[in-house]
Amino acid sequence: MAEIAAVIASTHHPFYYKASTAPPEEAPPFAAEWVRKIEAFRETLTRAEPDVLLMVGSDHFHQLWLDNMPQFLVGHAEQYDANWYNEEREFGLPRMHMRGDLDLSGHVLREGLDAGFDLAFSNELRIDHSVTCPIITLRPQNDLPIVPLYTNIFAPPLPRPQRFVQLGKAIREIVESWPSDKRVAIIGTGHLSLELGGPRQFGPTGPDPEFDRRAVEWISQGDLEGCLSEVTLDSLHAPGNATHGFMDFMLMMGVAGEGARADHVDTVDLFHTMEAYFTWYPNGAPA
Amino acid sequence: MNKFLFTVDRDPELVERYREDPRGTVHWWESERANQLLSCIEQEASTWLRFEDAEREALATHDYPALFGLGAHPFLTLTLFIAMFERDHAEPMGFQLEYAARLAHYSLPYADIST
Repeated sequence: MAEIAAVIASTHHPFYYKASTAPPEEAPPFAAEWVRKIEAFRETLTRAEPDVLLMVGSDHFHQLWLDNMPQFLVGHAEQYDANWYNEEREFGLPRMHMRGDLDLSGHVLREGLDAGFDLAFSNELRIDHSVTCPIITLRPQNDLPIVPLYTNIFAPPLPRPQRFVQLGKAIREIVESWPSDKRVAIIGTGHLSLELGGPRQFGPTGPDPEFDRRAVEWISQGDLEGCLSEVTLDSLHAPGNATHGFMDFMLMMGVAGEGARADHVDTVDLFHTMEAYFTWYPNGAPA
Repeated sequence: MNKFLFTVDRDPELVERYREDPRGTVHWWESERANQLLSCIEQEASTWLRFEDAEREALATHDYPALFGLGAHPFLTLTLFIAMFERDHAEPMGFQLEYAARLAHYSLPYADIST
């Protein structure tokens, strides 16, 4: 059966690409520290020697729209084009292209449906920065096949936090039951406290540093019980109007497992958000 | 309202047209595009979609604080308005900070964006 090489959870700041590729005289003052932290984070995936990446993210109203909005969707395609005109325009992201892993996609769909998750699928999915940002930060050579899994953290009504955790736990079991000798890294990105398009956006810190501190504690300790006892769809409005993206971190906590302490934890404070990086090695840290 | 923001934001020509002629673009979009089912041919268009008066006026006047109050999806509004107006500000993040300041009179709970 397949082995889980690493479980990784991260924020997906779309400006990392620009900040890290700008000439030194044009780079923002925080770029050097940010790049250092990302390179250390990248090493946690490199050491795990993965063969396939299962990528959890969320479409930001690119291909998925209100006329036909899935709550959870699995890409089932041989190839994926990636990044969109408005991401080139606003973030300077490049157009990208990735290979898929049809066999793992099919396995996730079949087993997920049988486990009680009515997963939608797409045979022609153009993916966006929620998946390409972690490729850029963690695997810039972009040489591994992927299976994208999109969640709806964006267009209410949303599934509740508990459902994200349940799906994460199921994904862990489903990948571990994949009849393959491949090493799979499960990588998911979301947000800590975040406000976009509201009065608290782009402040000197994230909109709720106290929420961020507690969130990092929950994630790094694998404290699903504590997290679920406090986080609800309603409560997530308070730390910032885009904070429902934290539910993708909760999904990844489900993948990592109750009480699983992260092997790598790091954060970086930017002017309007705290970025956070976590890696677990479920089968022991690689040598 | 969200469909207008979505379909304009993804089209470079419409972004410029809406920046230069907001009222004309809103009028054209409501009569020609509002009912278009995005994954279907024109003959299968919907028959019942139109703006509320307050939505039409907010869009026609680029009034993004009003759109926020009306429950437009804040990510869609922000993305499109950055595309149209960030270029007019010399300071990095100048438009984004002005945007936040113009929404400062809103407090929790914000308008419901459920659809």
